[in-house]
Order: sequence, then structure tokens, then C-alpha cells
Amino acid sequence: MSGHMNLTLKVWRQKSPQDKGGFVTYKADGISEDMSFLEMLDVVNEGLIKKGDDPIHFDHDCREGICGMCSLYINGRPHGPKRAVTTCQLHMRSFKDGETITIEPWRAAAFPVIKDLSTNRAAFERIQQAGGYVSVNTGGVPDANEIPIPKVIADEAFNSATCIQCGACVAACKNSSAMLFVSAKVSQLALLPQGQQERYRRVQAMVAQMDAEGFGNCTNTGACEAECPKEISLTNIARMNREYFTAKFFKEEEIH
Amino acid sequence: MGNFSKTFSSSLGKKLIMSLTGLFICLFLVVHLIGNLQLFKDDSGQAFNSYAYFMTHFTPIKVISYINYAIILGHAIYALILTISNRKARPIGYAVYNGSANSPWNSRNMGILGTIILIFLIIHMKDFLWEYHNNTSLPYARYEASLADPQNVKVTPLAVTDKEYSHVDYVDPQSQTHITVAKDLYKLVRDSFKIWWYVALYVVSMVAIGFHLIHGFRSAFQTVGWDHKKLVPIIRFLGVWIFGIIIPAAFAAIPLYFFFCK
Ligand code: HEM
Ligand code: SF4
Ligand code: FES
Repeated sequence: MSGHMNLTLKVWRQKSPQDKGGFVTYKADGISEDMSFLEMLDVVNEGLIKKGDDPIHFDHDCREGICGMCSLYINGRPHGPKRAVTTCQLHMRSFKDGETITIEPWRAAAFPVIKDLSTNRAAFERIQQAGGYVSVNTGGVPDANEIPIPKVIADEAFNSATCIQCGACVAACKNSSAMLFVSAKVSQLALLPQGQQERYRRVQAMVAQMDAEGFGNCTNTGACEAECPKEISLTNIARMNREYFTAKFFKEEEIH
Repeated sequence: MGNFSKTFSSSLGKKLIMSLTGLFICLFLVVHLIGNLQLFKDDSGQAFNSYAYFMTHFTPIKVISYINYAIILGHAIYALILTISNRKARPIGYAVYNGSANSPWNSRNMGILGTIILIFLIIHMKDFLWEYHNNTSLPYARYEASLADPQNVKVTPLAVTDKEYSHVDYVDPQSQTHITVAKDLYKLVRDSFKIWWYVALYVVSMVAIGFHLIHGFRSAFQTVGWDHKKLVPIIRFLGVWIFGIIIPAAFAAIPLYFFFCK
């Protein structure tokens, strides 16, 4: 039989973006170790609702690690203590009976708190809208191998494209830098033939938007890579820098 | 704003300045160390004092040293600008922060390590460079070494009197001796490193430089975008062993050598 555990939660509660907010302590008793972290919060929330209290607000959607909505800074780490998982994939067996768990929202000026643990990550959308797309109509499905792409390049582009825009990289970074996210989005298109037309405009536009959103500056600590649920690698940041400096110093394409 | 200033005011542009200035200072460290190794020569400072004179009086070297000061200053100023901007990017911090779970501590404390280095540099330049140029009571020394037996140097300290000495360095053809009269920076170095806390200051600062460069050297290559799979292991090796350990250890060996062996 799987064990049940009793936990103490220290949860960040904040009524609105303007509210100062603070920690509130809750008891989570009889939690099954097979539950996901979000299911554990569901149990706590049911208790709160029964008592007529405001349930804890947190982001979630797919609950299978693909949408990037769930966040939560758990005991000093984004998505909790396990590597390469989102919070919805984090099981309660990763915690010990009797443990105190501190739960905070992503902290960054560019990710303002909406309520409690839920943050506004629209800054990522605006960076994507600045250039993270291909404008030309791609038409119908082409024949296989009509556009040859070396396997290593295809694999690398695919790896970059697995980023789910969760923002854990920003949350983990001591500088609140968004460079892992932006570099993944730059890379997935810069590597492929379809992305070439806008390659040098794209990187300039996305970096400019990233700066305008008020994200910090990477110092290559590697915290983002270590905490990314999709294991996006630091190579992407080096590639983005290469693309950016090439665009700025050697290419005609400019942004205004 | 022009394209150029726009580039360098962007986050990546500022990072480029950090990395290029940082790498230039790394190059300077190598040159500085090679010069300073002459302090280990058992010649009472003949070679070192001549070298010090050359480095401070040969115009191209003087130009490069002013560029070097500007670059160190630029590195520190951009470090400050970036640190302020990073602070602004997270106005409310975490109550619980487990940084050691995902990154090495020196990579997270480059600013603190850099500040230790900066304070060290100010003390170092005041005590040796400034004194060398401006302290009129620094003694001179006269060295005579026969060309047949260059290891055997005869030293005459020239005490500070009203008489002004000037630098001479020549080979006397008659007596076949190499004669040098030079400001005795070597003596200043030797005397300074007889003070235990001064030696400790140097050793601690070299440890700070080591940790700064164990992260900084490879970080600079990542910043400029040079991270090819074949290159990274070489850069990591150089960053850790040459710049992080051997160079700082060799610098730290100088005060330790004078303290214990002279
Ligand atoms: C011996 C002198 C120094 C050397 C050789 C050196 C070298 C470097 C290198 C190579 C980097 C990596 C740049 C990058 O990541 O792109 C770096 C980063 C850094 N340095 Fe220095 N540095 C020195 C002194 C200083 C001083 C005096 C300060 C501050 C007062 C400082 C503050 C920093 C900071 C905050 C970073 C991290 C910033 C970043 O990675 O973007 N450094 N340094
Ligand atoms: S790079 Fe990783 S951590 Fe950052 S947004 Fe994408 S998936 Fe999340
Ligand atoms: S809820 Fe979709 S990734 Fe966690």
C-alpha cells in the first residue's frame, strides 16, 4: 500500500497584482504519495472551499507536461526538486512525511503576479509575436525529402522546439534572464530552411522585445538548463548570441 | 540611436563588452605573470628592476597599459550596470532559494568575486605602481655582473640622499661587465611581502581571481557564441586549469616565496 503523508505548506497568497501579499501556512494531511503536486493542491483547495475560504489560485491546464501552464517555485526551485519535470508531473513521493513545503510564484518584474501563485507570462507571447514565426505561407504537405535537412540539424531544431514556454528558466535564473526561452525559439527556426528568410530580422526583433520586457542579463550560470522541464540546452543561448552578433555586424537586415 | 549604439546598449551587446574586456584582462594576466616571474631570479632584482623601468618608460607599452586600465575599468562599470539591471528584473526575491541545486556558487557570485578583485587592484596599483612613479624616497641599486659569469651579481644599494640617480643599463666593453643602476622596486616588493597580513591579502585575492575565472573564462566564450562541441572541452580545461588554478597559484607564489624564502 502506498503511504500517506502529512505536510505543512507555506503558500504565497496575494489577492491582486496590487496587493502586497504574504505567506499563509496550511496543513495538508493524508496526502497520497502517488498524487501529483497539483492534485495535492486540489485536495487542500477542496478543504478551503468547504470552509468557505478562497482557494489557492495556481496555473494549470494539460496536467501532462506539455502545455507549460503550471509553474510554482517549490522549496527554492522551479517545478520542485526533480529534474526535467513540470509541476503537474511532480509526484508527492518526492517529498518526505512531515516536510514543510514553501510554495512561491515565479518571481520576475516581467511576470507580474495575477493572484496568489498565478503569474502573467504574456511577456513571452509578445516576444514570440515580435519574430518567433515564419511569415510565408508554407502551403500543403511537401513530399518527403523535398527539402533535405541533415539529421543532426533536424534533431537539434526539434530539441529546441520542445520548449513549452513555462518560464522556469526565468524563475530559476538569479538574473531573471529569459535567454534560454528566447534562444530556443530563435534556434528552432534559424536551424531550418523555412526559417532562413527572416533569420536575421527575427533574432534582432526578439532580443529587442526581450530587453523591452525587462528580463535580466544572462551570466551563464546554467541554472535555466538544469531546471528546464524540457532540458533545453545552453547551446541555444550561444547560438542566439552568434545569430545576433552576425545580424548586427555582418548582415543587411535591420529592425527599426 | 545609431545601429552601433543600439547594439551595445542591448543586453547581448553589454554581455559582449563584458566578455571581450574579460578575455583581454585574461591575456594581460598572462603577460603580467611572465614579467613577474623574474622576481624569482636570484639576482637581487637586476632583471626585474630593468624590466620595471622598460615597462614604465617604453611608449608603446605605456599606451597599452593605459588601454588596459581603461578596459579593467570598463569591465567593472559594465558589471555594475548589468548587476543593477538584473536586480531590477526581480524586485521581489524568493523567500526560499536553493541556488546550489542548479548552479555552482562562483557563477552566482561573480560580482562579489569581482569586487574583491577590484579592491585588490586598487591596493596593488597604489602600493607598487603609484609608489614606483611618485615616491621620491625609493632607493636605487647598482648591479655589476661580469659577462663571463652572469649569475654572480654584485649589488650596491644606493641610499636615498640629496643626490638624484638616473636609470642606466649598459655593458662596459673594457671590464666586460653588465652594469645596471635602477630604482629598486624589487626591494619594495621584498619588504612588503615580509608582512604576514599583506601576504594573506594577496593570497586571498588570487583565490578570488581563480574562482572568477573558473566560471568567467568559459562563460566569455559562451557569450560570444563560440561553443562548438570540439572546442568546449579545450576551453573548459584552459579555464579551470590554466586561468583558474595555475596562473593564480603562480601569482600567489610570489608573496609566499618572499615571505618564507627571502
Ligand atoms: C583579474 C581581473 C578580471 C578578469 C580577468 C575578469 C574576467 C572575466 C571574464 C572572462 C568574465 C566572463 C564574461 C562573460 O561571461 O561573458 C567576467 C565576468 C564578470 N566579471 Fe570579471 N574579470 C576581472 C575583474 C573583475 C572586476 C574587477 C569586476 C567587478 C568589479 C568583475 C566583475 C565581473 C562580473 C559581475 C562578471 C559576470 C558578468 C557576466 O558574466 O555577464 N570582474 N570577468
Ligand atoms: S526553455 Fe525550458 S524552462 Fe524555459 S520556457 Fe522553455 S521549456 Fe520552460
Ligand atoms: S499543466 Fe500543462 S505542463 Fe503542467
